[in-house]
Amino acid sequence: MADLYRRILSWLDERFGTGAVEEFLRHKTVPLHRHTLWYYFGGMTLFLFVIQVLTGILLLLYYRPTPNDAFESVQYIMAQVRFGWLIRSVHSWSANLMIFTAFVHMFSVYFFKAYRKPRELTWISGMLLFFILLGFGFSGYLLPWNTLAFFATKVGTEMAGSIPGLGKWLLIFLRGGEEVTGATLTRFFGFHVAVLPGLATLLLAMHLLLVQRLGMSVPPGVERAIAEGREPARAMPFFPNFLLRDIIGWYAALGALGALAAIFPWELATKADPFAPAPAGIRPEWYFLFMFQTLKYLPAKVVFLEGELAGLLAFGAAATVWVAVPFLDRHVGFGRTTRFFTGLGVFALGYIVALSALALR
Amino acid sequence: MISVEMARRAVSTSWPKATALRPRAWHVWRRTGGPTGGGPQGLHRRTMRKPIPSLLVLVCAVASAWAAVPPKDSCVDCHAALEGKQSEPAKLFAGDVHHQAGLRCADCHGGDPNDASMRAMSPAKGFRGAPKKTQVPEFCARCHSNIAYMHNFNPKMRADQLSQYLTSVHGKRLKQGDTKVAACVDCHGVHDILAASDTRAPVFSTNVAATCARCHADSAYMKGYKIPTDQVARYQKSVHAQMLTQGDTSAPTCTTCHGNHGATPPGVSSVANVCGTCHVFFAQLFDKSPHQAAFAKLGLPGCVECHSNHEVVRPTDEWVGVGPKSVCVTCHAPGDEGYANAQAIAGDLAKLNTFRARAEEILNTAERSGMEISSPKLELASANEALIKARVNVHTFRDGEVRKLTNQGVEIAKKAYEAGVAALRERDYRRKGLGVALITIVLAISGLYLKIRQIESRGKA
Repeated sequence: MADLYRRILSWLDERFGTGAVEEFLRHKTVPLHRHTLWYYFGGMTLFLFVIQVLTGILLLLYYRPTPNDAFESVQYIMAQVRFGWLIRSVHSWSANLMIFTAFVHMFSVYFFKAYRKPRELTWISGMLLFFILLGFGFSGYLLPWNTLAFFATKVGTEMAGSIPGLGKWLLIFLRGGEEVTGATLTRFFGFHVAVLPGLATLLLAMHLLLVQRLGMSVPPGVERAIAEGREPARAMPFFPNFLLRDIIGWYAALGALGALAAIFPWELATKADPFAPAPAGIRPEWYFLFMFQTLKYLPAKVVFLEGELAGLLAFGAAATVWVAVPFLDRHVGFGRTTRFFTGLGVFALGYIVALSALALR
Repeated sequence: MISVEMARRAVSTSWPKATALRPRAWHVWRRTGGPTGGGPQGLHRRTMRKPIPSLLVLVCAVASAWAAVPPKDSCVDCHAALEGKQSEPAKLFAGDVHHQAGLRCADCHGGDPNDASMRAMSPAKGFRGAPKKTQVPEFCARCHSNIAYMHNFNPKMRADQLSQYLTSVHGKRLKQGDTKVAACVDCHGVHDILAASDTRAPVFSTNVAATCARCHADSAYMKGYKIPTDQVARYQKSVHAQMLTQGDTSAPTCTTCHGNHGATPPGVSSVANVCGTCHVFFAQLFDKSPHQAAFAKLGLPGCVECHSNHEVVRPTDEWVGVGPKSVCVTCHAPGDEGYANAQAIAGDLAKLNTFRARAEEILNTAERSGMEISSPKLELASANEALIKARVNVHTFRDGEVRKLTNQGVEIAKKAYEAGVAALRERDYRRKGLGVALITIVLAISGLYLKIRQIESRGKA
């Protein structure tokens, strides 16, 4: 058996040069220190992304993206298709867990300054992937064509429409017309299953390649401790030690997803009626709540701008600063952090948590 | 130099005055020209576009408005200056619908409003003065029975109020000299009359009961008429009053059943017709039922015998049958056919109610467990429809007619219940599956953990 395995590997090596990959994996190590735990969140996000792709493909077998059929097809998946309830619930729960782990991964990278030279592009590709995940969330939310999703999409696209200059065009582009209609559904479906997956695959490939190429960053504090001889430089082999630990995490995530799907199947609520008045308590998915709550608190006029527009511009500016942080945080380096940018991260995290909590109150 | 802004200010200040001085009826009566070209806003828009020609239009409009000022009304001038009751009409009349339509005191009371002396109120000047109570209907009818004249104000206005009134109990008694009964002004008011469509009017549907109650709920006032005075109090407890309070102005009030100008109590034989104007289907079923002939023979009014007349409350299924709240046992006694029939109908309704409640309970449990049961829930709604139809069919007073529908509902409810049982079975299956999956996962994790320990201890060694 072992002989056959070696023969297959050698056959593949002759054609693809897989020996180099094997060699790379054999020597790849992961730094081992008190913060190693945070390294697992990237892999966890990737695992949940794979779950999304697989369950998404299965949902595609039954889902029909038209206003007349969308809700009914999801209802059919939940009630009639064998294990359809499991696939759809896992898809929805996994989407939320994925965005949560992506948040954790992003902030851990930020606070451990893993974006510093030479990992600027790893950070930027990761941030773009994060925005794509939010895009997946926003577009996927509408697909069951239920009341809450319909009106949340209406509000969400309206916000995009208030951007000066570009807004009107963006609104028409997102909605496929002036209003949220069947054209919007078709288009969101297109974004969700073709455009965003394509972009995500490209960026993911780039992100993973960079991670492999540059290895995992060691937090400045640990670097300093090692340099000063207070801590030994330790590492563990990626294969199999780190990967097996990763798999333990993935199994746990799988168990959690199964439990959530079985005990709290993702609800479908009522079919959207475009002519009905907007129901009370419309709100977006939890990961947009902090922005939604901010816009609610803003006064009608901020200086000379409309409150909502000022809020959107401020979020746009904040996102730009966040993405460009590797180039703005000039003083960060080997064993060195910048207090201002750490403070900025603490503020951002605190703001997101506080405003989301206020919105959920 | 006169600027556009000055012109705008002139328009905005002069127009309200001009329109107030030239109300609609002014044209009806005097056939004079007036500001019909879009009103102040239309003129404003035109003025803003072309300042110089517009200024000319403005000057002409203001001038013509002043030129068409109606002569002073000596009735209002003098009465407003008087004190107490004498000044009341002049003060109240500003808000009266007749004033808004352009009528003046003299249009009803005669006299010469252009004459500032007491001669204005001389018979020679056509002065009629205030009518006596018995003259009021004809006094109002001078205009209100003139259909051609009334159509100048409202093409849909009726002109049969007087002839209807004369058929009413109020009208007949007034003709006999009873001045305590209601005439036009008692319900509509005198100098502060509002259109019937005005929500503040005493004759607007939501205010009618209170208007009738002013006399009909006053036992001292009604003494001698030998009719009860609790009708309005009882009506207020009815489902009709409840609907009206909730804003449904199509719900019946006193005048809906009794008529307004031709107000009269519906007779025993016409009660079903009164109720049947809205509850058509029930009336048809009743007419074909064995009760129709029996009630007629006994001289009993149809609907109100079970549902009451003023205190029409929401019926419950307990009204049917032989229980303590049953209305059937008022006439039927054990041993007669109607008694057995009532018992059977009550049994049919109770059976469907029980099956429906059982199905609803299990579906709710399944829904709370996160199961997708919208389809059986929708089907169960048809069982509810069957129950509603069966309740209507109670008015056939034939058990077979009711059972036909309750049996349909029971079958639907049974299917919904089975769907609920299946959903709960599926829920349990999922939970068992989850248990197996979690055990497998825990075993796999344990295996991996041991493998890692093995690899790492080997590495250390």
